[in-house]
Amino acid sequence: MDKTVNQRAWFLVLPVFLVVAFSAILPLMTVVNYSMQDTFGNNQFFWNGVGWFKELLDPSTDLGERFFASLWRNLFFSAVILAIEVPLGIVVALSMPRQGWSVAACLVILALPLLIPWNVVGTIWQIFGRPDIGLLGYVLNHIGINYNYVSNDFDAWATVIVMDVWHWTSLVALLCYAGLKSIPEAYYQAAQIDGASRWAVFTAIQLPKMNRVLLIAVLLRFMDSFMIYTEPFVVTGGGPGNSTTFISIELVKIALGQFDLGKAAALSLVYNLIIIIVCWVFYTVMTNAGAGRQASRGAA
Amino acid sequence: MARIDLVDLAHSYSGNDAPAESFALKPVTMTWRQGGAYALLGPSGCGKTTLLNLISGIVAPSRGKILFDGVDITPLSTQKRNIAQVFQFPVIYDTMTVGQNLAFPLKNRGVPKAESDARVAEIAELLDLAPYLSRKAQRLTADAKQKISLGRGLVRSDVAAVLFDEPLTVIDPELKWQLRSKLKALHRDLDLTMIYVTHDQTEALTFADTVVVMHDGRVVQSGTPAELFDRPAHTFVGYFIGSPGMNIVPAEVRGREARIDGHTIVLNCSYDCLPAGAKIEIGVRPEFVDVAPPAPGLLAANIERIDDLGRVRFARVRVGDAKFSANVPPGFSVPGNDAGLVFDPSRVHVYADSLLVEGTA
Repeated sequence: MDKTVNQRAWFLVLPVFLVVAFSAILPLMTVVNYSMQDTFGNNQFFWNGVGWFKELLDPSTDLGERFFASLWRNLFFSAVILAIEVPLGIVVALSMPRQGWSVAACLVILALPLLIPWNVVGTIWQIFGRPDIGLLGYVLNHIGINYNYVSNDFDAWATVIVMDVWHWTSLVALLCYAGLKSIPEAYYQAAQIDGASRWAVFTAIQLPKMNRVLLIAVLLRFMDSFMIYTEPFVVTGGGPGNSTTFISIELVKIALGQFDLGKAAALSLVYNLIIIIVCWVFYTVMTNAGAGRQASRGAA
Repeated sequence: MARIDLVDLAHSYSGNDAPAESFALKPVTMTWRQGGAYALLGPSGCGKTTLLNLISGIVAPSRGKILFDGVDITPLSTQKRNIAQVFQFPVIYDTMTVGQNLAFPLKNRGVPKAESDARVAEIAELLDLAPYLSRKAQRLTADAKQKISLGRGLVRSDVAAVLFDEPLTVIDPELKWQLRSKLKALHRDLDLTMIYVTHDQTEALTFADTVVVMHDGRVVQSGTPAELFDRPAHTFVGYFIGSPGMNIVPAEVRGREARIDGHTIVLNCSYDCLPAGAKIEIGVRPEFVDVAPPAPGLLAANIERIDDLGRVRFARVRVGDAKFSANVPPGFSVPGNDAGLVFDPSRVHVYADSLLVEGTA
């Protein structure tokens, strides 16, 4: 059968193309443009080629040193919060009730931190942790623990990590809970008949059935923590010194603080590239896991 | 391996104080012998799965006791009861191989590895799973998965009974027959008490030596397939078993005579003391009613259609307000829609308020 040729379809694609162009492609191209040039103000630009990228990836320069320091800091931060939030989220999901009115109550309580804007979360913890007027800071100092997130590196890190755990563990817990709910009752009954211990039920049934949602949870939490800006900025401002300066904070300092548009543009492109690569890895892993399942269903 | 006694066992999902009529399982007392193959047969919601879950311990009964070999196991947990259960949908542990799946119940009970390996190999052989032992269980077909679920029950040497909850629902029709034969063979070889829940009468009648028919939370009859066919104790058994089901029509019964629509049928037995005020019906299987050309002395009927089932033909006929299914003898052809019905008197049963009444010869 001949296809009907109708070029009017292009007009229907046009609005989407325009929106994407103005919201993503053009701004990104502007950044690419900046990353190749240097400016001294007055809207005067000088060609710099890949100079900024060379500098960025060379740890012996000032820019490179700052980039790598914040990159490792950021990766460490992501690793720590994943190591805490994922197991904790699973434990919370496992201990949630399965039915009754308490389910709704639990869901609402868990969802609350997720609904609070980043900025407000930062402010809450900034005040909460103050040794003079904050409940947490005051109590800790009162019972003899010398706690001050403004002057002590460890305290600053602890505050930022606890804050992130408080804010985002719910997300992991809710995803895991959804995964748990989808396990048919017969699995638990069979496990009971097979004499499985609580731990065996967890490793043989619950964990394998949750692995898809866990992958999504890890992806979301990694991305979010890798791009974290607002909360630590509000609480510590990246300090003390540079100890909690994550990549995004560094980026804003370079772009807006020093007005080094070229350096900042190069940094944002590399930053973007890292995120896209990690996303791609996760996507591949997930679709492969899914393909394995599909194959088994096809055989069944 | 055990004899199972149910003593006044009853269950309500809304607590013991619920009205007796709302119980999902009304009080039942019966004994299932060691090594028997039993089927619980009934439509959805008749309480058969509830009864099964009570035996396996997944549900605790509101009332009554369950004895295994005379020992009261009602308060025991599912784990301690030593039963195996195969569910409607195959339950397998996704991340494990077939062998690990089969070994799982033994591992949980701390059986030494060498012993468990030997037992797994034996059971795998029995279920034709031996070639797949090192394969991931998740990749197998539905019938193989059901065999694994069954195997996980059988590996335990001390298993008291094997319970099946509609295990063939997700199996392809031609494999259903194979798997059912496999179950029969296993039952013969292993001398296990097997209880099989189903709503499919073919499955029940071919699997079990005793079929327990349930209706509305009650056990209405328990007997061999032949007993259920020849002497249904309840009108429900009559029309639930058999295809088409038994003809049940209101009638006036006096002594040796039943009157339907002004016509008298002579019965084999005499029914003299029928309960007064009860709803009296006669029941006769379509196999024992023949259609014949209309003749005086035969019950006049109107043929609505004839279903050709290949080996046999059944006519759907109408007598007054009542509908009948009747056997069409080979060579019978219908000149018009009018016909007469010929009854086999020894096969006509009388029911009072749906329960079979024994006549005197």
